[in-house]
Amino acid sequence: MLTKQQIAQRIARELKDGYYVNLGIGIPTLVANYVPEGINVTLQSENGLLGMGPFPTEEEIDADLINAGKQTVTTLPGSSFFDSATSFAMIRSGRVDLTVLGAMEVNDNGDIANWKIPGKMVKGMGGAMDLVASAKNIIVAMQHTNRDGESKLLKKLTLPVTGLGCVKKVVTDLCVMEVTERGFELKELAPGVSIDQVKTATEGRLIIEGEIPEIQF
Amino acid sequence: MKKVVSNASEAVRDIQDGMTLMLGGFGLCGIPENCITALVNLGVKNLTCISNNAGVDDFGIGLMLKGRQVKKMISSYVGENAEFERQLLNGELEVELLPQGTLAERCRASGAGIPAFFTPAGYGTEVAEGKETREFDGKQYIMEKAFNSDYAIVKAWKGDTDGNLIFKATARNFNPMMAMAGKITIAEVEELVPAGDLDPNFIHTPGIFVNKIFQGVDYEKRIEQRTIR
Repeated sequence: MLTKQQIAQRIARELKDGYYVNLGIGIPTLVANYVPEGINVTLQSENGLLGMGPFPTEEEIDADLINAGKQTVTTLPGSSFFDSATSFAMIRSGRVDLTVLGAMEVNDNGDIANWKIPGKMVKGMGGAMDLVASAKNIIVAMQHTNRDGESKLLKKLTLPVTGLGCVKKVVTDLCVMEVTERGFELKELAPGVSIDQVKTATEGRLIIEGEIPEIQF
Repeated sequence: MKKVVSNASEAVRDIQDGMTLMLGGFGLCGIPENCITALVNLGVKNLTCISNNAGVDDFGIGLMLKGRQVKKMISSYVGENAEFERQLLNGELEVELLPQGTLAERCRASGAGIPAFFTPAGYGTEVAEGKETREFDGKQYIMEKAFNSDYAIVKAWKGDTDGNLIFKATARNFNPMMAMAGKITIAEVEELVPAGDLDPNFIHTPGIFVNKIFQGVDYEKRIEQRTIR
C-alpha cells in the first residue's frame, strides 16, 4: 500500500519540464515535495499566485502571502500576483497543464465528486469546478476505499458531481489507474498489493490487461 | 468630489438592512477588517453577502454571522466556519455556492457592464440547475449573470485621496473586481497618501471605481494556516 507521501511521489513522476501545475489541498499539495531532478514546474495557486515557493521560515511569514489552502507560502524568482478573475482566466483558457486534486468519489467515466455530502457537510467547491471543467490533464489523488472499506471508485457517483468525464488518471493507496472509455484500466500496483485486492476494492468497471508492474520507489 | 472619510463607521453608515454587499478577501487574507467591525457595530441585518469565504467563527464575516446579520451568503468555499455550517444545516441561513472562477467573473462582469457570460464550470452539476446552457464548438457551457450589489467593500495596501488602489501579494484576490462592481465602493487601506504620491504605472484599481476611502487602523491580519519550512 502507498502512504500519502508515496501517492504524491508517484504523481510527481507525471510532471514534465515547463509545466504549469495547480495542486489541490491535501495529498496533492505534497506533490511539490517530489518534483524530479532536472524538471522545472511552475505552481499556480488559484487565489492569485504563479510561481509558488516552499513554506516560509518563521522570519519570512507574511499574512498577505498565502496559497489556496490558506497556508503561508513564499514566492520564487519569476513569480507573479494577480486577481481572482485573472487566475481563473488562466485556468479556463487551458494554460494550466496539469491539475492534481483529491476526490470523495470517481466513477468509471471520469466523473468526480468532491464538494458536498448532502445533509452532512457543506464546504463548497472552491475552484474545483472551474479546474475540472477546463484543465487538460486531471490526476486524482485519493484513498481507494472509505473508512468502512467501501469503494470510492464507482460505476455511478452517489454524491453530487463536481465535473463530468474529466479525470484522466487516479493514483490511490492501492494502484495507478487510467480512465478509459472502457472504465478504469489498471496500470501499476502498489508494492505488496495484489490484483485481487484492487478488484475487491473497485466497484466501477475495471480493465486488467497484460503484466501489471509494481510501482518502484 | 471628496472621497476620503475619517473611519470605517463613517464609511458604512448609510448601509441599510436587506442590502447586498460584496466583501473582498480570500480566507482571512485581504479582508476589510475595519469595515466588518463597523458593520457589526452598526447592527444592520438581513444582509446578502457576496464573498469567497465566510470567515472563521470569531473573525471576518464570522463575526457578522454570529450576530445573525447575514440572511444569505454567496460564496465558493465555506469550510472553515463551524457556526456557518450549523446555521446552514438548521435552515437559518441561505447559501448559494458557486465555482470560484464563476464568482470572480460575476463580480468582474458586474463592474465591466457585461450582463451575463458563458462558462464551462459547473456544467452537469447542481450549479447548472435552472440556468441556460449552450454549446460552443462542441463543448457545453452555462450562462451566469453579473451580480447586483449595493456596496462593495474592499481592502487595499496603499491608496490615495483620489481612490487609486494598490494591493499587496495574494491579498489582492477578489478585491479589484469587487471594487469595480459596487454601486458604491468603499476602500479601506493600510496607507492613505495624497493624490500624486502613487506611481500611476503601478495602480491596480483606478480611482474612478472608488467612492469612499479611509486609512484603516489596528490590522490584525490573522493567519489561518501558519505553515513554516
